[in-house]
Amino acid sequence: MIPELGTFALILAMLLAAAQAFFGLAGAHRNRLSWMQVVTPAVTGVWVFVALAFGLLTWSFINHDFSVNYVATNSNSALPLMYRIAAVWGAHEGSLLLWIMILATWTLLVAALSGSLPVAFRARVLGVLGLIGVGFTSFTLLTSSPFTRLMPAAMDGADLNPLLQDPALAIHPPMLYIGYVGTSVAFAFAVAAMLSGRLDAPWARWTRPWTVAAWMCLTCGIALGSWWAYYVLGWGGWWFWDPVENASFMPWLTTTALIHSLAVTEKRGMFKSWTLLLAIFAFSLSLLGTFLVRSGVLVSVHAFASDPSRGLFILALLLFFIVGSLTLYAIRAPTLKSEGGFELVSRESFLLLNNALLIAAAGLILVGELWPLLMDTFDLGKISVGPPYFNMVFLVPALPLVALLGVGMHAGWKRAMLQSRRRQLLTLAGAALALALLVALGGYGSIGMPLTVVGLTAGFFVMASALIEPVEAWRRGQKLPRAAIGMAIAHFGVGVFVIGVTGVVSYKVEKDVSLAPGESTSIAGYNFKYLGTQPVVGPNYEAVEARVVISRGGSVVSDLATQKRVYRVQRNPMTHAGIAVAWNRDLFVALGDDLGGGKWSMRLQYKPLVRYIWLGAVVMALGGLVAILDKRYRVRRTAEVPALAPGAAGKRA
Amino acid sequence: MTPRRKRLLAVSAILLGVAAATAVALKAFDNNLLYFYDPSQIAAGQAPVGKTFRVGGLVTKGSLQRTPGSLEVRFVVTDYAHNVTVSYTGLLPDLFREGQGVIAHGQLRDGVFIADEVLAKHDEKYMPPEVAKSLKHAPPPEGRT
Repeated sequence: MIPELGTFALILAMLLAAAQAFFGLAGAHRNRLSWMQVVTPAVTGVWVFVALAFGLLTWSFINHDFSVNYVATNSNSALPLMYRIAAVWGAHEGSLLLWIMILATWTLLVAALSGSLPVAFRARVLGVLGLIGVGFTSFTLLTSSPFTRLMPAAMDGADLNPLLQDPALAIHPPMLYIGYVGTSVAFAFAVAAMLSGRLDAPWARWTRPWTVAAWMCLTCGIALGSWWAYYVLGWGGWWFWDPVENASFMPWLTTTALIHSLAVTEKRGMFKSWTLLLAIFAFSLSLLGTFLVRSGVLVSVHAFASDPSRGLFILALLLFFIVGSLTLYAIRAPTLKSEGGFELVSRESFLLLNNALLIAAAGLILVGELWPLLMDTFDLGKISVGPPYFNMVFLVPALPLVALLGVGMHAGWKRAMLQSRRRQLLTLAGAALALALLVALGGYGSIGMPLTVVGLTAGFFVMASALIEPVEAWRRGQKLPRAAIGMAIAHFGVGVFVIGVTGVVSYKVEKDVSLAPGESTSIAGYNFKYLGTQPVVGPNYEAVEARVVISRGGSVVSDLATQKRVYRVQRNPMTHAGIAVAWNRDLFVALGDDLGGGKWSMRLQYKPLVRYIWLGAVVMALGGLVAILDKRYRVRRTAEVPALAPGAAGKRA
Repeated sequence: MTPRRKRLLAVSAILLGVAAATAVALKAFDNNLLYFYDPSQIAAGQAPVGKTFRVGGLVTKGSLQRTPGSLEVRFVVTDYAHNVTVSYTGLLPDLFREGQGVIAHGQLRDGVFIADEVLAKHDEKYMPPEVAKSLKHAPPPEGRT
């Protein structure tokens, strides 16, 4: 009964989303207030029924309803409660339901917080979101319902993939999806702007916080995925240029560009058509990511079993939204005029460069991502594009991007007087170089790779440069607006991230060894002594646990345990790495295979500064959060209310 | 300079930069396309010698051998028509198992594929599409491999 109710709730949600789309878009087009007033209740209704469906599926998981096919394939009676809940989005069908749930929640938030927007504009935004909702809900219902029954019911479930039984992975997909789906809000704002022909400073001001919120979640989601891959999947790697990682990284790059372009549109009334295009790109790349992951066309660690009908359906959805929005763009963009010019050296120029470089990186990654598909389609051979390609095409735009960031932050609008800052910036750059050399030679005893010093200098320079304005304001006893503080924090995070990447890439040490109990080996000045193994029993797995004592200069640094787990149901072995964390390095031990005679193979790693990669990402996201809380997103909005009363707004549109 | 000319200058500078980046990327592209060959293609001599490529197929049951005293492993990859021996020094991935699909990355030397990376997929029900396509026959019944 429960799964049938779930299907029913999902059907109701789809019908309500259709009503939301129709009354929102047609109501605004025909200027009928009574139609537009239906939209908000429809949005609430969609959320209630999607949440009901989501709750019912969760209930089936919690109560072990193995008559539901999706539960039977992704859960087990021995699976702990936390992972039974996380299993809801552990595979294709449920993760689509999560997608819809998040879309409904974003839509509800937009509806709740956009009371001050012109009525017709708001109706259009919600209408576009409704259209996206119809697309994805019908996709779920027609090709991938999580509520399909299994006849006869299974005695027990096939269990959740052991790799997914991890706290970081329990929250990684929701976080990432919140970011992915969040780009649909920016997209809806862009489409509404094109439909109404209204694209001005208030428009950019409404769009900015939503875009930054989506960007924040995307940042956290990608960082969580990287962290999970580091200790579960990659045996110590943190980024693999896996097609699915790329699929989340391209929308991130585009959304980052969009945030910066929106700043120009808000402050200076320029880059308007470019901003619209970026909003379309960001959402299209999110959809493309969904298509690539769900259709199974890509060979990837994330690929679920492929089903051609699903791929075709998403491809159709993708084409509908991309072609539709680009057509609208082609019609409307020429009517948008920029409101002024700017000098060669100005914040606008720097932001233009920022956008060009970010989009170049995203575009080149896209080429590498789609090339194997193209080759395969035209039967030109089966190829894959290796990580060196991606490293190169990302690094080439990223280096100037980071270098320009340190300077561009201080450029004023319209015409920058960088002369006044020149001395200060040069001093900081010199200090950053000195610090970089000190860290490289003093800390690690070598200059590292060709780009090591460049990377460290760039990282320190950006961190220092981001601090200039907050420090000056603090000295003068002034208070910076939250948006400025947020920007400084986020850019500081970029510097932290660059330091982390440079450190770990330049100075990591990896060694595969075979050790008998009592034997020891050393890397990077640390001595790893293998004590022996013992059996361990977990809630739904059995494991062999190896103990390794790490010491340096005679004193014990850490006593680690690493396991080789075998989950009872799926019988897949899985390595659980032992990691000793310190502020400046990770020591990483992963248990390999039993070589016989008490000997085991092991992978030992020394990962300097690796934590700063994720810390940097978290700091960036934190900067976004602070920026969203800026007063002007609230104060001016309420100030606009009287001028844009429902009647007046209706005429305006 | 009029603002218009300045903007033109800025835009052309950016275009130039992007073009340069693209040129670099194309070069990177050229060196980093990894072709996939199945054991039959290798047996027919189609695979390049001294160049990195990928090979995929099923790991023949009972073919896994460890070289005592080192981390070297050898195993046979088959597409049910031809075989290729793969040598790899290091830790095999968790999901590496005899009888299942695998992709190795490396170079061919004296008829042996020297792998620097071995990939096995997470889901045992999931077979890499390249491997699935490369299989020449249906798997023989259990016990006869």
